[in-house]
Amino acid sequence: MSHAATGSGTALLQVEGLRMHFFTKAGVVKAVDDVSFRVERGRVLGLVGESGSGKSMTGYSILGLVDAPGRIVAGSIRLNGTDITKLDEAAWRKLRGERIAMIFQDPMMTLNPVLRIDTQMMEAVRAHHDVSRDSAREACREALARVGIASPEERLRNYPHQFSGGMRQRVAIAIALLNRPDLIIADEPTTALDVTIQGQILFEMQKLCRETGAGLIWITHDLSVISGLADEVCVMYAGRIVESGTVDEILDRPLHPYTRGLLDSVPSRNVPGRPLAQIRGMTPSLASLDEGCSFRERCVRALDECRISPETRTPSAGRTLRCRNPMT
Amino acid sequence: MSAATAPLLELRGVSKRFVRGLDLAARIARALGAKASEAVVHAVDHVDLAVREGEVVGLVGESGCGKSTLGRMVSRVIAPSEGERLWKGRPYREFDAETARAERLAVQMIFQDPYASLNPRMRIVDIVGEAPVVHGIVTRRACEAYVADLLERVGMDATLMRRFPHQFSGGQRSRIGIARALAVKPRFLVCDEAVAALDVSIQAQVLNLFIRLREELGLTYLFISHDLGVIRHVADRVVVMYLGRIVESGATADLYAHPNHPYTVALIAEVPRVDARHRTYVPVKGEIPSPLAPPTGCHFHPRCPNAFERCRVESPALREIAPGRMSACHLNDRPSP
Repeated sequence: MSHAATGSGTALLQVEGLRMHFFTKAGVVKAVDDVSFRVERGRVLGLVGESGSGKSMTGYSILGLVDAPGRIVAGSIRLNGTDITKLDEAAWRKLRGERIAMIFQDPMMTLNPVLRIDTQMMEAVRAHHDVSRDSAREACREALARVGIASPEERLRNYPHQFSGGMRQRVAIAIALLNRPDLIIADEPTTALDVTIQGQILFEMQKLCRETGAGLIWITHDLSVISGLADEVCVMYAGRIVESGTVDEILDRPLHPYTRGLLDSVPSRNVPGRPLAQIRGMTPSLASLDEGCSFRERCVRALDECRISPETRTPSAGRTLRCRNPMT
Repeated sequence: MSAATAPLLELRGVSKRFVRGLDLAARIARALGAKASEAVVHAVDHVDLAVREGEVVGLVGESGCGKSTLGRMVSRVIAPSEGERLWKGRPYREFDAETARAERLAVQMIFQDPYASLNPRMRIVDIVGEAPVVHGIVTRRACEAYVADLLERVGMDATLMRRFPHQFSGGQRSRIGIARALAVKPRFLVCDEAVAALDVSIQAQVLNLFIRLREELGLTYLFISHDLGVIRHVADRVVVMYLGRIVESGATADLYAHPNHPYTVALIAEVPRVDARHRTYVPVKGEIPSPLAPPTGCHFHPRCPNAFERCRVESPALREIAPGRMSACHLNDRPSP
């Protein structure tokens, strides 16, 4: 039952051939290089990659948050069928926080420390809807209750520093949900949290997606979080999606040597006390990438022909792969 | 206890309290009859810990449970408010100044943040070489060769030693931090979240380095982490802390297979695993309470699914429930149904 395979119909989000480059003095940095994927309503897409793989930049591009010297140079981002890369700034403003919302990694940085929670939340409601203060406040209280914050009425009058890390992240999620967006982009929102709190947040997000039918893009470096939460997975390396498919296919039968390497280096999948399977070397600098597969220097299966960049192909329905010598 | 069988390092009834004293305004207010009192945090509360030679002990717990404070007391960065620290069965306070200094070098610490723990204005050769020169382990002239040796031991190119920290990636900085700790020939390493900031593929490389160093140098580790997957991989024995107290300890495989304390059970159940798909999360309710006002009785009782009356009033003692296995839970006193 592959959802990505259903190519017909309008997807909630369809990203096609997206390229986002930074034009720096040292050269062009291809942070996002020919990235394509789709997100369906009520589904969770896991975007996995290590630092510098371009996963966050892909998220920022969808939200139109790329600043100079960065620029989207090619590709389209279709939200409900409309290409949003062509929008002007005013249209973007209407879209952000209303149709697309983002949750960031560090909830301390997301919230304004000198404003009360109610001020910040009501601002988000009234920026998009012409409603009275009372009904805006009511919406905020409901949003807080929905993410599991006890006594929301009192908590609305608190400042961010009066919340713990996990509670702050809940507030950030509540703000993202305020206007009932179609698409939520979550950029490592549980990385800074403890295991039991992470479990609570994952639980809430999963429930909210099912209930509201919103699509969710979960950006993370942690394959084990993806495994419990996502329906589809895209694995990114050096600005490109090297492999994508349903969560079961990617995690049980990885085809790309990088995905295989990542899975093998997870401690819980190794015999305790024995050396972990590891990927040699480190992630290349995006500024000095040459032609060819960017993983080949670290790859155990690299061939001579990997010097020529591999095209994206479709080994089976709903699955993509960018590799000349995949795992068997 | 003879020195041969005594643990390499031992803590007995160690506590650490952080006290925030009253400022002038509060003292005046109190003199005038206001109810102002000092704020006391029991970061670590009567903890016993013994680490045998060559053993890797994993210390797990969530933020604010006191695991870092305990690690800092083990490495003698801070002094305990109460209790005793022993090295090879002898209390530290019995050592004369010279022995104390030598033994201090034997315990080294590796810090969490590979960015913040290296001085950005110093070259690698000085960061790694400073301490062994100061302590007379090598002469200044032989220092460079010594540093080159250490860098190669941690898997780095020794020709890079003239560079500054900002020229290295996170994984390389971790290796530099490890080389610095090894420079004074320690017996015991305290690793405080040493791999938490690293990407999965780099984390595997650094964990492998720890495993290799243990075999090559016969090191003993106290491995502090919130990541139960990492701890399971490296540790022989696991100690679980909650709000300043040890709630459970035991051999790694046994503890993961049969957790006894409800907190350990919850912690292990919450660990995301690659083989668990589309799981429904059943989270533990609530959050870790503030150590400024810990709950009465068992610290875990407000979040515990099995709490009963006694848990609210009486703090459970850490008892041996099976050979080599300790747990602090009143449920163990109840006849099993």
